[in-house]
Amino acid sequence: MYPSLTRFPGGLFSDFDMLQRQVERLVGARAWPSSIRAAGRGAFPAINMGVTADAVEVYAFAPGLDPASIDVSIDKGLLVISGERASELPEESEKVSVYAAERCSGAFRRAISLPDDVDATGVKATYNDGVLRIAIPKRESAKPRRIEIR
Amino acid sequence: MDMNVKEQVPAQAESAAPEAPALAPPVDIVENENGITLKADLPGVSKESLSIRVDGDQLSVEGTVRLGETPNMEPVYAEIRVARYRRSFVLSRDLDTERIAATMKNGVLTLTVPKREVAKPRRIEVQAA
Repeated sequence: MYPSLTRFPGGLFSDFDMLQRQVERLVGARAWPSSIRAAGRGAFPAINMGVTADAVEVYAFAPGLDPASIDVSIDKGLLVISGERASELPEESEKVSVYAAERCSGAFRRAISLPDDVDATGVKATYNDGVLRIAIPKRESAKPRRIEIR
Repeated sequence: MDMNVKEQVPAQAESAAPEAPALAPPVDIVENENGITLKADLPGVSKESLSIRVDGDQLSVEGTVRLGETPNMEPVYAEIRVARYRRSFVLSRDLDTERIAATMKNGVLTLTVPKREVAKPRRIEVQAA
């Protein structure tokens, strides 16, 4: 079945990886303190966040969605991304077999707390190639300014 | 029962240079009487940065993530730290690798691999002896 006994499907450490994920899920412990809203591994959509001098940018990796159906809202410094992804798997019958169903489906909701120096009114959200990019500009007074010494 | 599409471990022991780290994208694999449909989640990958290769009976899908971040952006929190997806599959002989069709929309890759004509299920008439 496998070409060689020393090659396990998915790499040598994938079984340990899966075991660790299961243990993490059961115990619910996190190695170090993280944001109270940080999701465990495997949360959909995955989030990356970065700051520049002018804005805070949040990237949500959410492929296969209709941009009109994604709900993005900011309330009291909390950015909430929610929506629903329909399952594209067909009904199993004698003619149809499903061999892998790893893509998640269903309703999702992720919340990120934004730093205090952002201006929620100038938010821009775009959806490209399955990545939702949200740019929140910083308040003018919070941007770094050079102070002249006279 | 043998699966038609098997996962293939990348041959890391044989290549001289170590492969760049990559994430394995989640896939849905469905087989019907016409062939196999594979859907993979590749957010951040556009058609241009996607590479689908068929090498003999091995199908490899690789894509680089291009986010178009503003320069000088400092990462604060990252759940996706690798900018590349890679996954390979071994296709069984009843699949026609010449006629693979692929579409990419909103970061979801849909690959259809039809079965060879002779491999489609056929009813066999039983003659009375």
